Amino acid sequence: MNEFPSDNSAGVISTDQLIGLYREMARIRLVELKVEELYHLDEMKTPVHLALGQEAVSSGVCAHLGTDDRIFSNHRSHAHYLAKGGDLKAMIAEFYCKETGCAKGRGGSMHLIDTAVGHFGSSAIVGGGIPHAVGAALAFKMQKKPCVAVSFFGDAASEQGVFFESMSLAVLKRLPVIFVCENNAYSVCSHISVRQPNPDVVMRPRAFDMPAAQVDGMDVSAVFAKAKEAVEFSRQGHGPYLLECRVQRWRGHAGAGDPLREKYRAPQDLTPDWMRDPLADCEKILMADRQVNGEALEGIKAELKKEIDQAFQYAQESPLPDKGDLEKFLFK
Amino acid sequence: MPWTKLQIEREEPAFDENLGQDIRKLNFGEALREALDQALERDPRVYAMGQGINDPGGIFGTTDGLREKYGNERVFDTPLAEEATIGMAIGSAMAGLRPVSIHNRPDFLMMAMDQIVNAAAKWCYMFAGQVPIPLVIRACIGRGWGSAAQHSQSLHGLFTHVPGLKVVLPSTAYDAKGLFITSIADENPVIFIEHRWLFKHQGSVPEHVYSIPFGQATVKRPGKDITVLAISHMVIESLRAAEELEKKGISLEVIDPRSLHPFDEETLLQSLSKTGKLIVADVDWKTGGFAAEVVATVAEKGFHDLKKPPVRVCLPDVPTPASYVLEEAFYRGVPDIVQAAEKLMR
Repeated sequence: MNEFPSDNSAGVISTDQLIGLYREMARIRLVELKVEELYHLDEMKTPVHLALGQEAVSSGVCAHLGTDDRIFSNHRSHAHYLAKGGDLKAMIAEFYCKETGCAKGRGGSMHLIDTAVGHFGSSAIVGGGIPHAVGAALAFKMQKKPCVAVSFFGDAASEQGVFFESMSLAVLKRLPVIFVCENNAYSVCSHISVRQPNPDVVMRPRAFDMPAAQVDGMDVSAVFAKAKEAVEFSRQGHGPYLLECRVQRWRGHAGAGDPLREKYRAPQDLTPDWMRDPLADCEKILMADRQVNGEALEGIKAELKKEIDQAFQYAQESPLPDKGDLEKFLFK
Repeated sequence: MPWTKLQIEREEPAFDENLGQDIRKLNFGEALREALDQALERDPRVYAMGQGINDPGGIFGTTDGLREKYGNERVFDTPLAEEATIGMAIGSAMAGLRPVSIHNRPDFLMMAMDQIVNAAAKWCYMFAGQVPIPLVIRACIGRGWGSAAQHSQSLHGLFTHVPGLKVVLPSTAYDAKGLFITSIADENPVIFIEHRWLFKHQGSVPEHVYSIPFGQATVKRPGKDITVLAISHMVIESLRAAEELEKKGISLEVIDPRSLHPFDEETLLQSLSKTGKLIVADVDWKTGGFAAEVVATVAEKGFHDLKKPPVRVCLPDVPTPASYVLEEAFYRGVPDIVQAAEKLMR
């Protein structure tokens, strides 16, 4: 599995675009590592579901979306939010449950939102956000807006009835929605082999005559290329599209690290060469095939680290919500 | 004519809120249809969907001709996928539309409880007021002709339990139109439950658009001896009981809260301070239901006005049976209210 990456993106992605994807993935990676590093301090009193290993999917898909396009995310929400352009400071402040958080400390890490960039709130009910994307697409069609809606969900969400109902509705109404399944093969600790008779989620839309593709979700160029097709297809009014991205969840379901990995991971996932790294692979391609200077990439990371440190400082120094405001926001 | 309709014609006496008055009248279903028509006409963000919305029956007449008038894009039939259709409605509300999701029975909303309870009810609070969900969910309570356990539940007690939902149960044509207009204009999710046996009843319904604020109860009949807080079809039953009791010298004050969330405590407590006696008449089960909530509210805030223990006239705690003999034993109506009132006056 752990082969040297090949640059199959020539002609599809310009070097500048690839650097952009690299930057996006590096930002997600560095944010997640920082969250993980500080999580044991118990200052972020909210469950976190790290997207480490899965950075290529949100980066590769969101690269094709504009501000008015909408994404609908899930409990593993950080990468989607960041890739769509969500405000970093507000996200970290939400992890610290502060009044300056993107949901003013009412949502926590699973309920991120940044309406200014087309992110209207993630659902932590597995599969719960899928029909919301269909609804946004319905609105776009009725409002005659050239926008698309993207639903990010995992392999476990594809087991929910609402996933099938949503695909059916989207095809029936020919809606501009892209279903992006990040198949990491684990639902908490349950492997897909004990949950699904056929692990290829890409098969599911066949019953609805919906176009679908399976892509290596650990290869950002591959995700970028397929997502481009999917987004263009939907944006041009041809209806929904499903993209199954095969990914690796590096950590446990929630929290820092994966302390129980020996107890639940499939044997093939415990071998030394199991782990692939979409960010390191992208870096190798940039340096070997695109002749990008390693120092330039280090510069990007240094700049990101600075931004991230500032965001954490902002969050730590921000005020907590006022207890007197407990009943605020129930209704508008 | 469908059997159920036949039974309603036979067993439910006509009710006219403005009997003898020579004014424009509509029945309950026509009032709802007019309200939806006017909402669609005035606000391009409004759309309506539901299984059978374009059936010849038109959801008991409430959607007749609306697809023809507004087109299939704004008035459309749906697959039987309650969870996804209500989820879609929520997503479209986030994107600026004002959906009306229509369901033949509240029983069928159980398939969409995740979207109603975990999404619609939560979004405004969970995201600190940034994304309210203006959504109206309509459902019609069935009753009779062996509708049985899965086609007859009201279930409003479940919805009033969940913070973030508004719950409305009109009892007259006038209220149905005004409350529906308010529901559509509201920025929040509203569960709007209609009783099938109310649809033939009529009353004065102005042609113009008017709204009735939530949280304002109405005294449907003033009285002095006993306060009857009645919900949905039990309002009509209570008014009939009041007429019968008047002949026996007992005066009922019938209050219709109209919306259960928000709930108008003040009108109830004011009436209680006058009568000192309370009957709560509901079309839902007794245990853990809204009637229990009303009695609890009175215990907390009107305890010293109570001269007698309050009485709940509710459905017994069993699923609805099919046999008409058992249905007779199951449903509550005029005789139960009369009996409860006479006992309270003893």
